[in-house]
Amino acid sequence: MSFPWAKHYEPKFAVTKWVDERLPLPRLVYNAVGAGYPVPRNLNYFWNFGVLAGAALAVQIVTGIVLAMHYAANGGVAFDSVEHIMRDVNGGWFLRYAHANGASMFFIVVYTHIFRGLYYGSYKAPREMVWLLGVVIFLLMMATAFMGYVLPWGQMSFWGAQVITGFFSAIPIVGDTIRVWLLGGYAPDDAALNRFFSLHYLLPFVIAGVIVLHICALHIPGSNNPTGVDVKGEQDTVPFHPYYTAKDGFGLGIFLVVFAVLIFFAPNYLGHPDNYIPANPLSTPAHIVPEWYFWPFYAILRAFTSDFILPAKLWGVLAMFGSIVLLFFLPWLDSSPVRSTNFRPVYRTFFWILVADVLVLGYCGGSPAEPLYVIISQVAAAYYFAHFLVILPIVSRMERPRPLPTSITEAVLAKHGGTSPTKTAVSGSVLAAE
Amino acid sequence: MIRWISGIVGLGIVAVLAWSLLWSVVGVVTDPPAPTAEHYVRAQHPLLSAELPSEGVLGKFDLRQVQRGFQVYKEVCSACHSIRLVSFRDLKQIGYDDGQVKAIAAAWQIEQPSVNPDTGEVATRKNLPSDHFPLVFANDVAARAANNNAVPPDFSLMTKARHEGPDYVYSLVGHGYVNQPADLLAKFPDAKTPKGLYYNQYFANLNIAMPPPLKSDGQVQYLDGTKPTVDQMAKDVAAFLTWTAEPNLDTRHGAGLAALGFLLVFCFLAYGAYQNVWRNMKH
Amino acid sequence: MAKPAASVYQIATSRGDGEVQGSGRSVRHLRKDPPAEAITVDTEDKGREMATLDHAVPPGEDPAPYLEGEDDPRRRDFINIAAVAWAGVGGAIVVLPLINQMSPSADVLAQSTTEVDLSKIEAGQGVVTSFRKQPLFVRHLTPKEIEEANAVQLSELRDPQTLAERTKPGKANWLITLGVCTHLGCIPLGIHEGENRGQFGGYFCPCHGSQYDTAARIRKGPAPKNLAVPPYTFSSDTTVTVG
Repeated sequence: MSFPWAKHYEPKFAVTKWVDERLPLPRLVYNAVGAGYPVPRNLNYFWNFGVLAGAALAVQIVTGIVLAMHYAANGGVAFDSVEHIMRDVNGGWFLRYAHANGASMFFIVVYTHIFRGLYYGSYKAPREMVWLLGVVIFLLMMATAFMGYVLPWGQMSFWGAQVITGFFSAIPIVGDTIRVWLLGGYAPDDAALNRFFSLHYLLPFVIAGVIVLHICALHIPGSNNPTGVDVKGEQDTVPFHPYYTAKDGFGLGIFLVVFAVLIFFAPNYLGHPDNYIPANPLSTPAHIVPEWYFWPFYAILRAFTSDFILPAKLWGVLAMFGSIVLLFFLPWLDSSPVRSTNFRPVYRTFFWILVADVLVLGYCGGSPAEPLYVIISQVAAAYYFAHFLVILPIVSRMERPRPLPTSITEAVLAKHGGTSPTKTAVSGSVLAAE
Repeated sequence: MIRWISGIVGLGIVAVLAWSLLWSVVGVVTDPPAPTAEHYVRAQHPLLSAELPSEGVLGKFDLRQVQRGFQVYKEVCSACHSIRLVSFRDLKQIGYDDGQVKAIAAAWQIEQPSVNPDTGEVATRKNLPSDHFPLVFANDVAARAANNNAVPPDFSLMTKARHEGPDYVYSLVGHGYVNQPADLLAKFPDAKTPKGLYYNQYFANLNIAMPPPLKSDGQVQYLDGTKPTVDQMAKDVAAFLTWTAEPNLDTRHGAGLAALGFLLVFCFLAYGAYQNVWRNMKH
Repeated sequence: MAKPAASVYQIATSRGDGEVQGSGRSVRHLRKDPPAEAITVDTEDKGREMATLDHAVPPGEDPAPYLEGEDDPRRRDFINIAAVAWAGVGGAIVVLPLINQMSPSADVLAQSTTEVDLSKIEAGQGVVTSFRKQPLFVRHLTPKEIEEANAVQLSELRDPQTLAERTKPGKANWLITLGVCTHLGCIPLGIHEGENRGQFGGYFCPCHGSQYDTAARIRKGPAPKNLAVPPYTFSSDTTVTVG
């Protein structure tokens, strides 16, 4: 950490001292999430979502490992093994629903986390690496989630695998060879299922490793904050523990409440009924759709309906991957020296249009490919690419931002009405003032 | 520099999309999408509610109803439809005792595949409580041959494998088989029910291969004296199939209430701790 | 505290000195920031569990109220401890299903029964079949074997049991036991014709030399207990239902 006033680790117990002298893990924890990591004092609840994403990953790994003790990855028995978990394994229904809905929670949290980054300019210098690693994590998450959904071997599992691996055949010349190599066959079958199980078990640990790098990269400059103004001195920060451990604890409580409502009262709401039908390679479902967190990308894929030099299918695949790859370039597409959109009134309008646009794309992705939805997807996809590739570079160059506060502390005091003496503190009265 | 490249790429993609958009709009204008027969019927006939006590956030099974539904399944449906993911011993969850379960299993018409202990040949044996309900047909080919070229689907997960499953089953079986309406035929002459199929207004493509299973009141004599109207039998079998798909529903709802209660208290405590930690820090 | 002039803004890409990084274009503004107010913060941790910065004087605040006297820190921290304790309880509760899922599932626990047809087993013969995925020894004892078993003094036995206790009333000639040595789990010899029965005429385990008598009771060798007798009933004179 680069803040000179950061507290230093002082082992309080003989045991921690002994360990720390031989393996500096206690001090690593202290400096990363303990009292040794200074964090801006003005973070809002949107900063909770990073920790929540880590918690969601932990939930998925624990429930996943436990489910893997009962799951059988072979075409003839996979579906039945999942039902065995649901019916006969002690608490199996809870573990399965937790894992399935946990994936949705993971994506809800990560999407909020990403949009926080977009709004507050967290991807800008000097945090570009944090952002790049984050996009890598997102790609790994998508791969993991896709493979995980194939494992129950329901109709959507099979046909989703068929469609997604079909993308590769859009690549000219080598496309189909790659597809057959990926599947280990000509259609999703035992070979594909087994390798997806192996990789689905592996990738979350790769994600965990990249998350370590992601946090390391963040802790060099320290966290961003809602004003986007750098930390100037000790008065701008508070130690991570106990201030943000307490806030994250509360955030975790809300997360678990939402999670519990899904698991116990609406466990199949975010899923698709067709996945409760065993996979049948000879019968296509009426509407093949992926899980809701892929819907915006699915809409972009299906928006390209006419050939234009390249076949439409290839355009769709390129655009779908391109919509994520362009995120890698974001720190260089946005040249505004101001981080936080709070101070960028022109860009702010476009930001909210982007949010609406992504929601519209999501809705279209989950709908049948009827002409109305296709037309809306085409307009919405056009805006998505225009936003990042055309609008953002121009607006960031030309707009006149609002004046920034000189420091975080100044912004905080301005919010609380300047130099009024402290309301000694019953928490309620502090709340009331806000 | 990067602005130029991104601008060109961006405008290029927008141009390709505009091209697709143009042709989509042309397509819609020259060949407007027409509603299908299915849409037409679905709009006029939304699913009827089975009013099952298991519906809703705090739903619980009415075990008497589920048992009646099992009786309907046994006497009407089990001739063609298996419930292969359910075990006979699971019937204890809906109120049958050990002896009854043993008797139901032993008396089950279709026997369990087995091996002749002396000759090693394929044979069958009586069902035990630990067995799953046996398949009705050895495989899909046999199923088609016996059923007008249609495979009667397994019912274990039927109410989870369809949107609004319980209501779907109830509507289809209890109120779906009507005469094909004249106005539908007038609008969509192609929707005329082919020979060998039956018109059902709740079935996905309106023409189902299964003849009406519940033909008349009194088809099943309920042991608890409930009047066995077609509507009642349809509701009861929907309740039974809701149970086969989700036998743990009651436990899940109960655990959910406890978990939510616990977590809401935790949220209050955590919020208090958060306020306490931050009490002197303006933020 | 004086606010800077409204039209002035700061480039916030580095820490405090106003330089623009990376973009290479001309810098639009370079006014130095006003010096941050120098405030000393007492961050000394008084050795309490939670570093709640009780003594911190927030910036811009009149320090007087802070130095007056303190509320009891123990009472203040109560809510923190309550929240952590409640979370701990929650954590412990969540661990339970994770451990419990490894216990045998309902289908494994479901009483699986094995029927054995006794009609073909002659006196002095035995058959091996499977019960709950383990070998089951079904032996038709001869009168001589029954006599030998009854002649043994209970005090001689490591695991005292009479033959009557190990068979059904009136059916003492049918000895039904698991074929699993109670030492470390090998399958003893002696059930098939011609196999080594050991010196007590029952079963002999080749792994470490445990020897069982005609009632399958342990007589010699390292096994601690007699061969286990599973629950069974005679569903007819010639069939037995085990389990």
